[in-house]
Amino acid sequence: MDRNLSRNVKRDVWEKIVEGIFLICALAGVISVIAIIVFVFYKGLHPFFGEDAYSFWDFISGTRWAPSQNVYGVFYMIAGSVLATAGAIIIGVPIGVLTAVFIAEMAPKGAVRVIKPAIELLAGIPSVLYGAFGLGVVVPIIKEISPMVQGQSLLAVIIVLTIMILPTIVSLSESAIRAVPKSYREASLGLGASKIQTIFKAVLPAAKSGILSATVLGVGRAIGETMAVMMIAGNPTQGLPNSIWSMVRPLTTNIAMEMSYASGRQQEMLFATGVILFIFIMIVNITLLKLTNKEGDK
Amino acid sequence: MRKLAVMALAGIMTLGLAACGNGNESTEAATKAATEAKTEAKTEAKTEAPTEAKAETEAAEGSDTASGDLSGTVIITGSTSVEKILNDMKDEFEALNPDVKIEYTGSGSSAGITDTKSGTNNIGAASRELKEEEKEDALKTEVFAYDGIAVIVNPANTGVTDITEEQLADIYSGKITNWSEVGGEDGDIFVVSREESSGTRSAFEELIGLEDAGGLAGSASVSEGNGPVQAAVAGNENAIGYVSFSFIDDTVKPLTVGGVEATAELAKSGDYPLSRPFLFCYYDDKVTDAGKAFLDFAVSADGQACVDTHGGIRVDK
Repeated sequence: MDRNLSRNVKRDVWEKIVEGIFLICALAGVISVIAIIVFVFYKGLHPFFGEDAYSFWDFISGTRWAPSQNVYGVFYMIAGSVLATAGAIIIGVPIGVLTAVFIAEMAPKGAVRVIKPAIELLAGIPSVLYGAFGLGVVVPIIKEISPMVQGQSLLAVIIVLTIMILPTIVSLSESAIRAVPKSYREASLGLGASKIQTIFKAVLPAAKSGILSATVLGVGRAIGETMAVMMIAGNPTQGLPNSIWSMVRPLTTNIAMEMSYASGRQQEMLFATGVILFIFIMIVNITLLKLTNKEGDK
Repeated sequence: MRKLAVMALAGIMTLGLAACGNGNESTEAATKAATEAKTEAKTEAKTEAPTEAKAETEAAEGSDTASGDLSGTVIITGSTSVEKILNDMKDEFEALNPDVKIEYTGSGSSAGITDTKSGTNNIGAASRELKEEEKEDALKTEVFAYDGIAVIVNPANTGVTDITEEQLADIYSGKITNWSEVGGEDGDIFVVSREESSGTRSAFEELIGLEDAGGLAGSASVSEGNGPVQAAVAGNENAIGYVSFSFIDDTVKPLTVGGVEATAELAKSGDYPLSRPFLFCYYDDKVTDAGKAFLDFAVSADGQACVDTHGGIRVDK
């Protein structure tokens, strides 16, 4: 009796310990994200308060970045980031969705066996290699057709980002399309619709929320990309981009380029740039959360 | 439960013991490595540089013989441009002299010199000549390297071979935007600069007087390193950029500046305008024995190897 009791106690204690281990694992991610948020916001908001504060309006609306003259304007970087991301989405989503349709609905098995691994491989290529590809191939080609003297441009960034977000868009859209019940297609085809009509009128609308999630994740990837973009963007110190041939300096590259040697006010301003980037990423994530919730309700 | 506790305790003890063991081993290893390195350095210096570098050999030996009783902390502050070279030298020197600790803080050349004068460091590091108002009889300087910045264009740009500092200032500030204005063929200039915190950029801008000319043009592209600048210039026949001497190769064409070719010799002699010395400044009475040994080490063959690694121009050849 006594022995049984002690065995039970032992088991309970053991259960509690294991539970604790699970809890710690679960908290690791949460603690990390809180720590990063606190750290970035603390460092990044510091220059806008207290004595010798920098005007937040000047920071958010300025179009010139010159730390040596105490001028920190990130508006042209926000514009660069947003335009580059928008461009990549506008080109990348149609290509990605059509690829997904092809893989899921039309392609013969043999073609799928080639296309799918190729796109999956695209996802595994390190971003620095995308940058090298952009600098070695995309930039020289753009230089030839551009009215400007250089090939480093918004267009180069958009092209490379488009390639980079393709795997995300394709694989998520493909699963969304495959998840559409067969009965939808059968009903549509049964009513006399052609295959293409079926895809665009029945399948894609049903897979809409999945495709939207894919798009939002693509936005997240595009806006956060740093290394590849840094090598092909041109990164000027001032000026709003006024055409696709203009050079841009996205928020991420601004941080990456200067952080290694920065100190004092300049470093804090780089964190402030990070805060802006963080806000964008949070908007993206909240949108994603909303979308997936809606999907769950259905 | 008890079993668990015992096991945990045993585990902790083993860990502790292992840590102690490791500690002893690593110190032993370090000492051994240091002694080995010392003898190696000695023989190397003796065999490799028989005649020309005699002074350095003696200096190196001097620091070796003294190293037995060298100890303490040497505080170096100053130029951030010398950071990479200094950190390498520091690692090498500390391996040779385990009891000496070198502390380097990059705070800028002017701050380094001021610190030396106020006595808050043992050695100040600067990446420029001392200004007239900074000079003092008691304040000694030792040049340990030179830095040269080459102006590069695309090899396809055959029209331009020479450029002046004024023209550079005008190009980088955006006053000159076409190659025809500096003797080349008609074509817009693609200006490639470096990121704000780059030591090469600050040296370049200081040497050509860009601040007075209005600062870097907004249309200039910014690349995050010597390599990317070189790549950008190599990939665009209308580009102009600037890099450390060690980044000159077949893919780009260095320009002569004010008629002077970009070579190590001409940079050392001061004839090449876009060059600057890396130097230490110190007072004899504040430098300490360990600091003096470090100064000797910096110009020894081993110290100069660190200069080589980071693209500087050696002073010993």
